[in-house]
Amino acid sequence: MRRVQLYRAAHGRSGDKGDTVNVGVIARNADLYPILVEQVTVERVRAHFGDLVKGKVERFEMPNVWALNFLLHGALDGGGTVSLMTDAQGKTFSTALLRMEIDVPADLVNLLHAPA
Amino acid sequence: MSKTIRIASGQGFWGDLLSAPAAQVRRGPIDYLMLDYLAEVTMSIMQKQRSRDAAQGYARDFVPLMGDILPDCSAKNIRVIANAGGINIEACRDAVLAEARKANLQGKVRVGAVFGDDLMPRLQSLIAAGHTLNNMDDGRPLSAVLDRVLSANAYIGAGPTVQALQQGATVVITGRSTDTALTYAPMMHEFGWKPDDWDRLAAGVVAGHINECGAQASGGNSLIEWKNIPDLADVGFPIIEASEDGTFIVTKHKGTGGRITRGVVAEQILYELGNPTEYITPDVVADFTTIQLDDAGDNRVRVHGVKGRPNTDRLKVSIAYQSGYKAVGTLVYAWPDAIQKAQTADRILRERLDRMGAKFDAIRTEFVGWNSAHGHLAGPPRADQPEVQLRVALRAGEKAPLEKFARELAPLVLTGPPTVTGFAGGRPKVEEIVAYWPALIDRTVIEPHLRVEVMAA
Repeated sequence: MRRVQLYRAAHGRSGDKGDTVNVGVIARNADLYPILVEQVTVERVRAHFGDLVKGKVERFEMPNVWALNFLLHGALDGGGTVSLMTDAQGKTFSTALLRMEIDVPADLVNLLHAPA
Repeated sequence: MSKTIRIASGQGFWGDLLSAPAAQVRRGPIDYLMLDYLAEVTMSIMQKQRSRDAAQGYARDFVPLMGDILPDCSAKNIRVIANAGGINIEACRDAVLAEARKANLQGKVRVGAVFGDDLMPRLQSLIAAGHTLNNMDDGRPLSAVLDRVLSANAYIGAGPTVQALQQGATVVITGRSTDTALTYAPMMHEFGWKPDDWDRLAAGVVAGHINECGAQASGGNSLIEWKNIPDLADVGFPIIEASEDGTFIVTKHKGTGGRITRGVVAEQILYELGNPTEYITPDVVADFTTIQLDDAGDNRVRVHGVKGRPNTDRLKVSIAYQSGYKAVGTLVYAWPDAIQKAQTADRILRERLDRMGAKFDAIRTEFVGWNSAHGHLAGPPRADQPEVQLRVALRAGEKAPLEKFARELAPLVLTGPPTVTGFAGGRPKVEEIVAYWPALIDRTVIEPHLRVEVMAA
């Protein structure tokens, strides 16, 4: 096992819908997707963001595109034009999540991207 | 070989790269050009513009753009579909017709206009008839803010645009058409897809979702291998090469910059996505967990397998309303102790505002260069942080306290911590907040009011 930042195993994109941020986390390789499913859980994501997310965290699995879609509710200070945040549209939440650490089995380490 | 049509994306929002639509028309073969101008609160901006000048209220950039590209579109038989009409579709249509005449394209350009999405004239009577338009986020009925509503538009599907195309429109101008419908309306028209052909329509929605943000599907804002995406300065916007069976290729013109791979397209598929099993549009509910992506050659990704379900009996309504004011001010502090200086300045500012009795609904302080994007996940600041921007943002129901804040920021330069700069832009501006109110309404209340007009230049 190797402990690495999720960024090395996944890429992604985030956006907003009102006060909710969606973060798509996409495995860099099909073989890395099961590791995301197993380790990038709702509980871990909620703990990772802490008070940056005021509401619930939802997760949807998309094995077809090797992705997990997270909805982070209450993360944008009211959202859109109301929000006082620089990132009022949640555009940088993708890499904020990719800072999280996961454990990758030794035989998959060769699939990882270089460290950020 | 079976027929394919090429539907090009030319604008991902009002203010996108101005050169993109002409490049789509001139640098390779396309059949349709779609232009998405509307974000959630764009309609309220247009509403304000029309209240100052009755001839305004639409995406003004669209008119000179059409003047530029209509001769090429006419010569190459390219049709244009745009939700540029905003809340003054008629004025937008007339301006485009005038451009066509200026370019001597009488008889060649036919402009279709889709009316009926604007609910402002009907709002009182809709509420009186029991359509409470409750806020989808918090359940409040619209009556709670009715006197502050600035715009209200129903999201409409592809039906009226398809009608306009069938009536020979070479340009179709809509108001609050869904972004995705701008892309799949041509597919319905060209392939004769039926309104209950759920899988094909869902495939069209996926194509529309890929097209609607412009270059975000061709290498712009792409995280995967971003450092070696070629020539973003000359990024080619995406093109959907659609087939009758609902499969399609995402590609771009040869010789343009950017990149289209499975990973790049996957990022766009995830963009602003809710529950992927139910992507709800006026025409179909698409299941994004059925999308299959294959790399199919140089800057070509094949999309297939998409499944859909019947549409729902309600349409989404996009409402904008006035909701107080905000102001944002910034100052830059330099090494040494950059962050400590910025934190001290923030404390002094808050104390002064407090002593004046200025009350705010919210004050937020960020340190740009340290934690404005990732908050606590950014970790502690560097001990030798070279510089940081102090950013203070405030919200209030009235303008007065925010104007006090606007006057208190610059004095910090001579009355606060040292080595501070970045105040040359003048006082912070107090801005009105136009908030978004999403709601649902029965489609039977909207659809009988939709109307299509096609006029020749």
